[in-house]
Amino acid sequence: MEIVTELQQTLAETMVPGNLDTDRHSQPKIVVDELNLWYGETQALYDITISLPERRVSAFIGPSGCGKSTFLRVLNRMNDLIDDVRLTGRVLIDGKNIYDGSVDPVTLRRHVGMIFQKSNPFPKSIYENVAYGQRLLGKRKKAELDEIVERSLVQAALWDEVKDRLNEPALGLSGGQMQRLCIARALAVEPDILLMDEPSSALDPIATAKIEELMFELKEKYTIVIVTHNMQQAARVSDVTAFFYLGRLIEFGETRKIFTNPTKKQTEDYITGRFG
Amino acid sequence: MKQFLRSGDLFIWLTGVFLGICLLMISGLLLLIGLQGIAQFHPREVHFIEYQDQEGNRLLAFGQIYSSEQIPPDVLQQKGFRGASQREARRYLVRVGNRDIFGEDFKWIMGPTVTRDTLLANALVLEREENGNAYGILTTLRAPRGQHFETELDAWRAFERFHPLVRSLVHEVRDIEKREMGETNDAIRSLRLELRLMEYELEQGRLQPDQFQEAQRHIDAEVSKLELVLARQQDRIDSLRMHLAEYEIGLRVYAPEGEERVRIPLASIVRAYKPNIMSVSQTIAFYGEKVWEFVSDDPREANAEGGVFPAIFGTVLMVLLMSLAAVPFGVLAALYLREYAKQGLLLRIVRIAVNNLAGVPSIVFGMFGLGFFVYFVGGGVDRMFFPERLPNPTYGTGGILWASLTLALLTVPVVIVATEEALAAIPRGIREGSYALGATKWDTIRRVVLPSATPGIMTGTILAMARGAGEVAPLMITGVVKLATEMPFDSTFPFFHLDRKFMHLGFHIYDVGFQTSNVEANIGMVYTTALLLIIIILLLNLTAITLRARLRRKYRLVGF
Ligand SMILES: Nc1ncnc2c1ncn2[C@@H]1O[C@H](COP(=O)(O)OP(=O)(O)OP(=O)(O)O)[C@@H](O)[C@H]1O
Ligand SMILES: [Mg+2]
Repeated sequence: MEIVTELQQTLAETMVPGNLDTDRHSQPKIVVDELNLWYGETQALYDITISLPERRVSAFIGPSGCGKSTFLRVLNRMNDLIDDVRLTGRVLIDGKNIYDGSVDPVTLRRHVGMIFQKSNPFPKSIYENVAYGQRLLGKRKKAELDEIVERSLVQAALWDEVKDRLNEPALGLSGGQMQRLCIARALAVEPDILLMDEPSSALDPIATAKIEELMFELKEKYTIVIVTHNMQQAARVSDVTAFFYLGRLIEFGETRKIFTNPTKKQTEDYITGRFG
Repeated sequence: MKQFLRSGDLFIWLTGVFLGICLLMISGLLLLIGLQGIAQFHPREVHFIEYQDQEGNRLLAFGQIYSSEQIPPDVLQQKGFRGASQREARRYLVRVGNRDIFGEDFKWIMGPTVTRDTLLANALVLEREENGNAYGILTTLRAPRGQHFETELDAWRAFERFHPLVRSLVHEVRDIEKREMGETNDAIRSLRLELRLMEYELEQGRLQPDQFQEAQRHIDAEVSKLELVLARQQDRIDSLRMHLAEYEIGLRVYAPEGEERVRIPLASIVRAYKPNIMSVSQTIAFYGEKVWEFVSDDPREANAEGGVFPAIFGTVLMVLLMSLAAVPFGVLAALYLREYAKQGLLLRIVRIAVNNLAGVPSIVFGMFGLGFFVYFVGGGVDRMFFPERLPNPTYGTGGILWASLTLALLTVPVVIVATEEALAAIPRGIREGSYALGATKWDTIRRVVLPSATPGIMTGTILAMARGAGEVAPLMITGVVKLATEMPFDSTFPFFHLDRKFMHLGFHIYDVGFQTSNVEANIGMVYTTALLLIIIILLLNLTAITLRARLRRKYRLVGF
């Protein structure tokens, strides 16, 4: 029970009262309908129906192996790259089913950026990492690229640390810097939606705070979905929260409500740390 | 004891010992080749040896000692040298040279029969264009316009004065012969070919008889003009040779039975030196000169003397051509296998086949190269593009291109395996990162996968080059020759002549060492050439390794 009160305090401190009102007016950006997913013979996701609001932060929580990453990867069709993945159901982004035959996953991924659980900078220079997406789009002009690289790095709160060493290899950065570099890299292509899979799992509290701050700024423009194991973080940064358990969506609603007054027993047990 | 076995120390010891044995064998090999190879150019002293034969006759030998060995006691007894001490009971391999006079270059002399062994200060070694070394004492020198030098000292001074001049004339003759007359001959040959082509077209009915006759008249005129040029060039050579023949030295040589006098044309002498009175600096200079000759000159005396430059050139060019063919092929094949092909039974079979290909004996590849590249592809090229030259083959015979391609085939599995490993080692996350930014598969391969795999590909290239540079067997039937008169690269258009035969250090070793009757004289050359081959492979590898290290540093890539 102590943990619950602690969480309630955090919530009270961080959540802006006005948020909840606007939430009601926020349009759903992503609508998932009856989604089932199998890895070969084993089913990993069961009957997931959910709609995630535009320009808000949605958090996915749940014990390890419950399918959070799998579900996140459904949203930008990253699972296409894995053999043997099969799914049924619909995923609508801006009202269009992204699993429709006419949708090109390459174009889709340009609009739905992703930041991975393990940071994965390319073995290139810092500059080239950030410019990568724009180069794919065919941008060559140095001045334009320079500007985009700088803007993205500033947004990802990394500019000050790397501005003098843009041409050094990205793999020479610290773990936290690499993670922010991956964020900058994703921002550089200006997606609509940002999927973040435990973006701060490997970071120290200061870097984590920077990334959380960043999310507050980003949600003015982007729709953000974040997977996290850190309850405080979910409570601090998200507007809505979804709790997954064994491949099922157990409960979904406003973050304040999930954390203060969960309707399901499993949710309460997980949040209060009784399992997971 | 049990404790000791359990702790695994024994195992560590064993691994250490085995590594040590490997290192010992490798360094032993290198040391042997290195020492023998380096010793080759040392100016050995010339001994004047008096000894007796079985009947007690006094015999002479004058030459350089190349090696010595213990005589087995029973042989010693048999020959009746009972009194000889262990120390004296050696026999010596003496190079007495003067092959043109004595017939044989080398002679074994029993230590116990030697009665006197002195080093004469003015003992002279002559390296000649033909017939190996000559050993003797300089007596006279004859030069044009009645110049005679009768004492040893005068003759030697005169020799040092005239010899460079004579050699430069010799080179001039050679240049006229090889380059100028070669060019004229080439021009005549290509005119004849042109004519032949026209005859061919006439037979095919594509040319009118009168047109043909007109052209024939024209070509005939050109040819006779060129033949005139050729005759003039021949005249120049003849007069130069006549002049050269007037330089001559007299030499006192020592046949077993006593001294003889011989005359040797100055033009045939490549180098003369007095090893018994060389100072340290002279020795070093001599050594440097010999090494330089070795790496920069053409071979002479059936490859037993002189340099190996054409072989160096052939080896390096062949390795480069081979890499140029094998690496792109191997990389593309590996990319397909790893990135595009559907994983399954078929792919597994293909992969096993590729791996086994690396183990196929190289001579089998040679046979394939001969059958496919030389006869099939080369023959096809000839029929398509050079029908007028047939039945003389142009590409339908062994040449550096076909040899390189054959070796490329041999080494491509190495590249494939190394590249596949490098591709497999690229973390999945990096690829996903690329896809997540809206990259296509090709984008990802081109911009992320291939650059990351470059060090691994380089490793494959290095292994392939090392393997290819050392192969000899497949080359022997696809284009390597003992002595190539023309290099695969020269100043005549189109500069690279990949249809030409070439020389190769590996084959050179085989040829010099084992295809000759004069094994003792050549063995030094064999070691030196082997050393050079090792050094060249080392240099090629070193270049690739440095390149790879630089790439790794640039991207902080993990090593493969
Ligand atoms: N490529 C795959 N092939 C087969 N099964 C997979 C694959 N990836 C994930 N799974 C399985 O799917 C289930 C969900 O995995 P997922 O990675 O989505 O969990 P998660 O909720 O993200 O866990 P975590 O919090 O540890 O990251 C797990 O049981 C996992 O074993
Ligand atoms: Mg996960």
